[in-house]
Amino acid sequence: MNYSYKLAALLSGVLTTAVLVAAPVEDALTVDDVDMISRAASAEGHPLPEVISGWHYRTDSTRALQTDSFENGGMLGVEQGEEIWNTVEGTEGKSCASCHDDAAVSMASVGALFPKWHEESGKPINVELQINDCRVNNMGAEAYKFDKGGQKPLTAFIKHQSHGQPVTVDLTEGDMQQWWDKGKELYYRRTGQLNLSCASCHEKNNGKYIRADHLSQGNVNGFPTYRLKQGNLISLHNRFRGCIRDTRAEYPAAFSDDLMALEVYTTWRSQGLSVETPAVRQ
Amino acid sequence: MAAKPRIKVPKKASAGDIITIKTLISHKMESGQRKDKEGKVIPRKIINKFTCEFNGNSVFSCDIDPAISANPYFEFKAKVNEAGTFKFTWVDDDGSVIEAEKEITIS
Amino acid sequence: MNLTRRKFLTVSTSAAVATFFGGSQAFATVDEINKAISEFTGGGEPESGVLTLKTPEIAENGNSVPVSVAVESPMTDDDYVESVIILAEDNPNPEVATFHFSPASGEGKASTRMRLAKTQNVVAVAKMSNGKFYKASNNVKVTIGGCGG
Repeated sequence: MNYSYKLAALLSGVLTTAVLVAAPVEDALTVDDVDMISRAASAEGHPLPEVISGWHYRTDSTRALQTDSFENGGMLGVEQGEEIWNTVEGTEGKSCASCHDDAAVSMASVGALFPKWHEESGKPINVELQINDCRVNNMGAEAYKFDKGGQKPLTAFIKHQSHGQPVTVDLTEGDMQQWWDKGKELYYRRTGQLNLSCASCHEKNNGKYIRADHLSQGNVNGFPTYRLKQGNLISLHNRFRGCIRDTRAEYPAAFSDDLMALEVYTTWRSQGLSVETPAVRQ
Repeated sequence: MAAKPRIKVPKKASAGDIITIKTLISHKMESGQRKDKEGKVIPRKIINKFTCEFNGNSVFSCDIDPAISANPYFEFKAKVNEAGTFKFTWVDDDGSVIEAEKEITIS
Repeated sequence: MNLTRRKFLTVSTSAAVATFFGGSQAFATVDEINKAISEFTGGGEPESGVLTLKTPEIAENGNSVPVSVAVESPMTDDDYVESVIILAEDNPNPEVATFHFSPASGEGKASTRMRLAKTQNVVAVAKMSNGKFYKASNNVKVTIGGCGG
């Protein structure tokens, strides 16, 4: 029965895909009366004519959740992140606030500029790894394990300080261009039993339906994102891994070189869109 | 983890105003329908009751079943005739109660 | 369960018949929902009107579906809406929530977010202080995501 049911679902999915192509919704994203850039001219060399936030691909009721920060479940995580920001941890007796004081000032546009080049490690660094770097080297605290402890809420809190500001990635620093190249190669590489690349869905077929799911451009400006499916904040590397898993491939470790390269490349593709953290998606 | 509930109540109103109140609280709302990796049912653990009182009088309450989403959200109305205190409670299956208060003044 | 294709077709056909003609198996939850309604009304027959139930036509994730009720009522001490029960016909258990109002509510309006296991009817019944009952129902289509649901 299970098999037949799946077959039926697959067949109806094929029909749906054949019939339904829907443009992203014409609407303006305003959060608590602050206008967000949810459509932007794409960077030079970008394969798509316009960069469009995933918000435009969601239903009315999902979109509405993001326009009111009170109703956005992700803000529970942001508030938890604020508490962590002010909590002393580690052998040095410091909190984030001990050095960085008021995040609204010190982190005002920081989240919009990650990932960026990290000279010490000779690799790009994202907000999660920057937090760990601070915890280990300045606070004498343990690094957060992937998606554990305060990693998601604190990352969301820091990125939320850049809410509304355009995502920018500086490829001129260090070897960022090489990491971009590697990320691009991974973006277009087909993988898994379904033989799909990132581009198969998010570049060539965005705007179409994969079964009942309206495919977006796969922009990363809203992470960590509040997903209704989990009722929780979902990190970018979790989403990368979920997407790769769904192609039925083995997925790389979080913060591995492959996923860091993919973060550099997909962040470049999302350039110009406002940081929406925490975005609300299905 | 007992996160602070989020509550939206206007700070002031005119006597006789009907105001909108919104509440959101962090809770997994484990339905009792899910199974873990070993196939064992994960026991139900939800917030089963929400109440809102104003100066000791009931304004609104809700009996909650496992079909309410994670991080329960409620929006409702209250008629305010005098200044005072709204008291909110969320009752967990484990018997714990989360309480919060908000003041409102009359302009 | 290991069903052959023929058996699957038989099962699905009888389920379809049950839906339209009242077979016992598929109506198990309808019995439950009727029981829940009559428990709520104490046997009283709900009328239509007065109660508005608002749900989206399509929910792109069944884990968080907005639902609102609005009852036309003066909300005075002797004429107000006491409570509204929300039920989902095809959930494992039909009960979703019961809102309790008072004259201090000012308006008989409330919203929350619910879980729907699949496409189904959502039913709301309002109980008025004068002993009347009103019922409204909506169909909500719950879509299945493309990537692992």
